[in-house]
Amino acid sequence: MVQNIIDVRNLSKSFDISSKKPGLKGTIKHFFKRQTKSLKVIKDISFEIKEGEIVGFLGANGAGKTTILKMLCGLIYPSEGSILVSGYLPFRRKESFLKNITLIMGQKQQLIWDLPPIESFYLNASIYDLDKFEAKKRIKKLSEMLEIDEELFIPVRKLSLGQRMKSELLAALIHEPNILFLDEPTLGLDINAQRNLRKFLQKYNKETNATICLTSHYMKDITSLCKRVICVHEGAISYDGKLDLLLKKLSPVKEILIVCRSEEDAIKLENSGFTVKNKIKNEITIKIENDLITSSLKTILNNFDIEDLFINEPPIDEVIGKLLINKDYEI
Amino acid sequence: MKFNLINRKILTLLKVQYSNMLEYRVEIALWAISGIIPFFMLNIWTNNNLNESINISDVLLSRYFLSAFFVRQFSVVWVVFSFEEDSLMGKVSPYLIQPLNPFFRYFAQHLAEQITRFPFALIIAFFFFIFNPESIWIPNLGILLLSIVSTFLSFLIQFLIQSIVACLCFWTEKASSIERLLFIPTLFLSGLLAPVVSFPSYVKSWIYLTPFPYLIDFPANLLSGNETNISVGLSMQILWIFLLFPLFKKIWSEGTKKYTAMGS
Repeated sequence: MVQNIIDVRNLSKSFDISSKKPGLKGTIKHFFKRQTKSLKVIKDISFEIKEGEIVGFLGANGAGKTTILKMLCGLIYPSEGSILVSGYLPFRRKESFLKNITLIMGQKQQLIWDLPPIESFYLNASIYDLDKFEAKKRIKKLSEMLEIDEELFIPVRKLSLGQRMKSELLAALIHEPNILFLDEPTLGLDINAQRNLRKFLQKYNKETNATICLTSHYMKDITSLCKRVICVHEGAISYDGKLDLLLKKLSPVKEILIVCRSEEDAIKLENSGFTVKNKIKNEITIKIENDLITSSLKTILNNFDIEDLFINEPPIDEVIGKLLINKDYEI
Repeated sequence: MKFNLINRKILTLLKVQYSNMLEYRVEIALWAISGIIPFFMLNIWTNNNLNESINISDVLLSRYFLSAFFVRQFSVVWVVFSFEEDSLMGKVSPYLIQPLNPFFRYFAQHLAEQITRFPFALIIAFFFFIFNPESIWIPNLGILLLSIVSTFLSFLIQFLIQSIVACLCFWTEKASSIERLLFIPTLFLSGLLAPVVSFPSYVKSWIYLTPFPYLIDFPANLLSGNETNISVGLSMQILWIFLLFPLFKKIWSEGTKKYTAMGS
């Protein structure tokens, strides 16, 4: 049986936020008396993640996804509740815990700007107590997986964003962590670079059985990497389960465009009891529930003279978008 | 074993930071030149015959200020500014989840910068001696070694003081403002503007209870061959390090609980 590697119970996080009214009066008032209020950004959440799972955290900006990742990796201290990651309390930042994890933030970098990435790799290797031989071996292996070579010897400031991100990944993975926390890893990358990064993460997960927690606003990252998603809305979990199931729930029907041989066939189909969205001459669009697709298509193909048909999947961004903007959306 | 591992990490950090510093050699030359306050002060003292009031000859005074220049070159600390910027921009976050305290990075950065500064400081000293040939002196090996140790201890004290102030970033976003408060006593009481011996004796006795005279005055007097109590000076430096280090550890451990990982 696969073990839970992350166990979160009733986790909450509050931040003290000071507010200031606009204008000179507001500034003077703010100078003498700060008005602070406690803002609960994570509200009593619980979940578990199994070893080797890739879990996507979905949510609108400010929903709390990144705050959850920061607490999981021990960067910030939780206000309430408990977190166990690989049997450790993350915030204690025990050396053995830190050697097991990594955090990659798409918009932040740890590479030394004016030096080639290779210098940062050897530095990280030494921080993680790897000897030179082992470091060399790992750099070779990871650079092959990431398809980077000459870039290792060019100052970071001269690399493209995609090359830099690959180097960041190499620096963050040189100690072969079991748990990867990735916060928007594909942010700002072009389509090819995004695809390569996803391919690399899939490969890394397959080869090392590493657990990956990922946040991304690019739905392609989520759909191609994660079987399971945790949706966060205003600091609370609104859905935790399989991505397929979520999509089914959010979009229970599919639209099918059917091109009939004649207009008569289209009229016959229109009156045969299917939910019709629209009909233009011999083309008719009907809506069918996901569970009934196979049987319905069988009926249509057997009883009508069909020239062509197209099944339209609703765009995933649109479906998830509905979930992110509507807090009362029923799942 | 653990000590060896930390040493290895610091050595690698030092190598990498030195390579990084060499990318900025022009800036470092300018920083070295910008540290010539002691020479201005020497000029003020000698032109106004102020040294007569404290019974120090012109030669000893010029050696003192040249030594003060050297000590300052190898003990100047700016960790509060670096940490504040990194903390506000969220750059500290990746370092916090590595098995090495991020202050080791800053420590190595400072040491690397000192090594890079060294040749520039020597060039400045060379020109100083051309204009003041009577001030040339060669300290004996023992004194030279003790002066190096004392300068390093002075650097450690300043690094710890600034690191403690830097940790206040976890509570207030502008810890560097607090550092500016410390800048004034550092400037006046450290011996950078005037040897501490020139202060009235009732003020002096208080000054020697603070860490400030051990930052420049003591190591500069030691190096320049002026009269100073070596064992008391070194003991006071070590004492201050022993007092400041646990304070830093405490404030670091409390502060990281407050860290909000802003900007990341």
